[in-house]
Amino acid sequence: MQFSTSCSPFTPANTSVNQLMRQVLIALLPALGTMFWLFGYTVLLQLLLSSITALLAEALCLWLRKRPIKVHLFDLSALITAALLALAIPTIAPWWISVSGTLFAIIIAKQVYGGLGYNPFNPAMAGYVFLLISFPQQMTAWQSPFLFLPLSDSLQLIFSGHLVIDGLSSATILDHIKTQLSLGLSLTGIQSSALFGNIAGKGWELISLAYLLGGLWLLYRKVISSHIPVAVLSGLAIPTSIHYLLDTGSANSALFQLLSGASLCAAFFIATDPVSAATSNSGRLIYGILIGLLIYIIRTWGGYPDAIAFAVLLANLSAPAIDFYTHPKPLKQQL
Amino acid sequence: MLFLCVFFALLGLGLGYAARYLKVQGEPLVEQIDALLPQTQCGQCKYPGCRPYAQAIVDETAEINQCPPGGEETIAALANLLGVATQPLNAEFGETNAPAVAFIIEQDCIGCVKCIPPCPVDAILGASKQMHTVIASECTGCELCIAPCPVDCIIMRPLAPPPGQWQWTTHHD
Amino acid sequence: MIKQWKFPGGIALGDHKQTTEIRDTALPAELIYPLLQRSDCYATATVYPGERVLKGQVIATQKKPLTTPVHAASSGVIKEIAPHLIAHPSGLTDSCIVIETDGLDEALPANPCLDYHLETAENLRIKIAQAGIVGLGGAAFPTAEKLQALQPIHTLIINGAECEPYISCDASLIGSHAQQVVQGALIMQYILQAERCIIAIENNMPATLQALHEATSQESIQIVSVPAIYPTGGEKQLIKVLTGKKIPANSLPTDHGVVCQNVGTAFAVYQAIIQGIPLTERIITITGKGINHPGNLRVKIGTPIKYLIEQCGGYSQNIQRLIMGGPMMGIALSSDDIAVIKATNCLLGMTNNELAESQSAMPCIRCGDCSTVCPAELLPQQLYWYGRSGQLEQCQDYQLFDCIECGCCDIVCPSHIPLVQSFRSSKGELIIKEKQAAQAQLAKKRYQNQQQRREKEQQDKIAKAAKRQAAIDKIKAAAAKRKTQGV
Ligand code: SF4
Ligand code: SF4
Ligand code: SF4
Repeated sequence: MQFSTSCSPFTPANTSVNQLMRQVLIALLPALGTMFWLFGYTVLLQLLLSSITALLAEALCLWLRKRPIKVHLFDLSALITAALLALAIPTIAPWWISVSGTLFAIIIAKQVYGGLGYNPFNPAMAGYVFLLISFPQQMTAWQSPFLFLPLSDSLQLIFSGHLVIDGLSSATILDHIKTQLSLGLSLTGIQSSALFGNIAGKGWELISLAYLLGGLWLLYRKVISSHIPVAVLSGLAIPTSIHYLLDTGSANSALFQLLSGASLCAAFFIATDPVSAATSNSGRLIYGILIGLLIYIIRTWGGYPDAIAFAVLLANLSAPAIDFYTHPKPLKQQL
Repeated sequence: MLFLCVFFALLGLGLGYAARYLKVQGEPLVEQIDALLPQTQCGQCKYPGCRPYAQAIVDETAEINQCPPGGEETIAALANLLGVATQPLNAEFGETNAPAVAFIIEQDCIGCVKCIPPCPVDAILGASKQMHTVIASECTGCELCIAPCPVDCIIMRPLAPPPGQWQWTTHHD
Repeated sequence: MIKQWKFPGGIALGDHKQTTEIRDTALPAELIYPLLQRSDCYATATVYPGERVLKGQVIATQKKPLTTPVHAASSGVIKEIAPHLIAHPSGLTDSCIVIETDGLDEALPANPCLDYHLETAENLRIKIAQAGIVGLGGAAFPTAEKLQALQPIHTLIINGAECEPYISCDASLIGSHAQQVVQGALIMQYILQAERCIIAIENNMPATLQALHEATSQESIQIVSVPAIYPTGGEKQLIKVLTGKKIPANSLPTDHGVVCQNVGTAFAVYQAIIQGIPLTERIITITGKGINHPGNLRVKIGTPIKYLIEQCGGYSQNIQRLIMGGPMMGIALSSDDIAVIKATNCLLGMTNNELAESQSAMPCIRCGDCSTVCPAELLPQQLYWYGRSGQLEQCQDYQLFDCIECGCCDIVCPSHIPLVQSFRSSKGELIIKEKQAAQAQLAKKRYQNQQQRREKEQQDKIAKAAKRQAAIDKIKAAAAKRKTQGV
């Protein structure tokens, strides 16, 4: 009897890219749910917009590059990019924001570099920075939390831009602190503002906790290793705590820093994107700490209130160098 | 001022000397080129052997794409060494064939010894009026012995590796 | 209980093992012996077609000392020495000795030895070599050579940890012949003068452990059960687990005072020394969903696989691959018209749902999972990257040749990249390159020699001609002188 042959091993693999990506998408659900509860249908619309754009753009690029569309489209990586971007941009931003941001992320930041596996930058963050630089106004006007917008209002808001509601948008807490501090107010005064919840921004702290929940699930499912999240969070928390101890007047507590903005999202979902991160364990620690530190530095002294995207992109940039210096383990064995 | 001038002049001299000295230290370019050639010694490059061809490349009287046995791989290695662009093999000089060794059909051999002098590596054994044979492990596959044979009893046999020397392959893209 | 260490990397695999009673097989009509022993190492036939051979008779040998001969596993007539498919990943044919058995199973007289303590170590080694014993774990390295250590050996490890799923031939051998295995281990310990001997088995087989404990109640042998993490059964990994020593690449365990032998080998050594019979049989696991009645069989080496499968009830309908060895490191055979060899520990018939469906590979997402599980502490993603882009020197810098091709990286890769295949082909390319370089060097040298010789011949000729000319001139001059004088 004749048989076909192949190279060992013959045992089937127990994971696939598709599976990993699906887990990440599932882990994003708590955050999505919380945001839906806080903001209403706007967030779902943004997600829908960016997802459709991402899939279409990806399919188009794959077709142009003559790659198997079906295989690569269903690796779901485009959907993750879309989801991360949709959750990062203000929910009340007009439709062309999420569409152009996604197009930039998929086409310029990902496919031009050769698609999944070859992109040096995290596509979602590249798209975010593109939007932030091009449309600063739209990108900083956030919907006030606990202002649940029904579907009709959301549609009207996102597609026509005309909807007059009192207190529709408000600054985020990081934004708020930044402007108030620059006006010379003291932090305790600022903290009594209505934007504050228990620890960080009202409502926002819940979203952060939802990210944390999803992140822990990813750790539990071994989709990500703990190196990067731990490093990011400690890279942010340690300098903040020192700063806080030295200068209680204008600095925020570490807990506040961790729970505001997208710190937790970055630690678990963005920095852990394997393609653009460092690969060895020690490299991942350095990479994570670098991101944490950059977030702290940019938040404290930089021009932008939240710093995730810049921090991640800068760290992406240094990932090859980190890899180079942490990798040559086998070379050392020789000596 | 004068001191500085002298200093720099000395430095320049020193550097120049060092450069020269170091250059002599490294292997001469001819050797380096020769090391990349397949050493088939077939003369297809229109030079009497690999070494003369290497010399011709150094003298810039020959292009790097004249060696059919080496093929694209050798051209790439040469281009890399010399820091020039690769180019396709010049078809004028022949084309790359699968590796093969000469084989003498022994019952046809008349023992004319005509095939012995052309062999660049003395891989043919034989004497006048005796049957000749090719030492396969020494044969470079240059085909120079084929033409002189008056009874056409020398053929080229492709080199198929036995299982012991077989290697895995995959398609690189 | 002795202290255990952990080796880097590795993965837990489902075991799929059924330790069963050993079944005997009937005598096949033909026995086939390839002359290719190990990679590029051939034996020479010592018999001629038409000759009658007895069971245990040497039919092929190698010249070097301590290399192993091949013995006929039953009596019969040499039918031919001809190319035949062999168990090799290339699927190529190679010269094989084919014996047509006569059913008498007539054997050469055995040469038993009751007390091996009376023999010198050297003598025992020669006996082991002459019995044709090689490592039965899969590598088929001559056992006698391994037992000839230049350094003093402190630890002998008997490897009963079959880390690959499905394979259970060693466990069932221990189950039925624990006493003999222990005896074999003691003989090897005596040869090596090793201070201690450890028999290692995996911790998921209590029955085997029990059998061993019963067999070794008063002997100086330690029984250790090691965690069932693939590839614990790898030689270097097992040494790491049991002694904490890391055997660097490019050095052998013997350099570090450790020798590792397979359980099956220990049994063969027992048979060779105590019973005086050469290695002509071994235990083979025949299993997988593609086989109707799986089990562990005592098989004559040289038996065609087709025949063995018949003895196991044939193939089930949806068999897809026939694998010699385990599912992680075995080789897929193109046909069952191939004979089992000394190193064959398992025949695995895999069906579609056990088998890795060949999904198209995605690009590497640099997740680093592969380097986490690599027991050789390599960076498979880098090796793959460099191999693919043809930067083979880089591959070598990243220790490509340390890769044991265990397949761990391959099966954890979420992108389904055929990493092992890529490494094998990179290795092959490097080996071929090296060979070509050596060949070119040789050609160059011979060419230079020829040129020098011809130049010398030329010069000699010129010198000779000049000499002759000089002589002629001289004579002419003398004649001219005489003429003038005469006039
Ligand atoms: S063609 Fe190539 S192999 Fe033949 S002599 Fe010239 S350099 Fe040597
Ligand atoms: S196959 Fe090689 S590279 Fe992959 S895990 Fe095993 S030893 Fe490491
Ligand atoms: S496991 Fe596969 S995808 Fe992950 S780094 Fe290794 S080769 Fe790349």
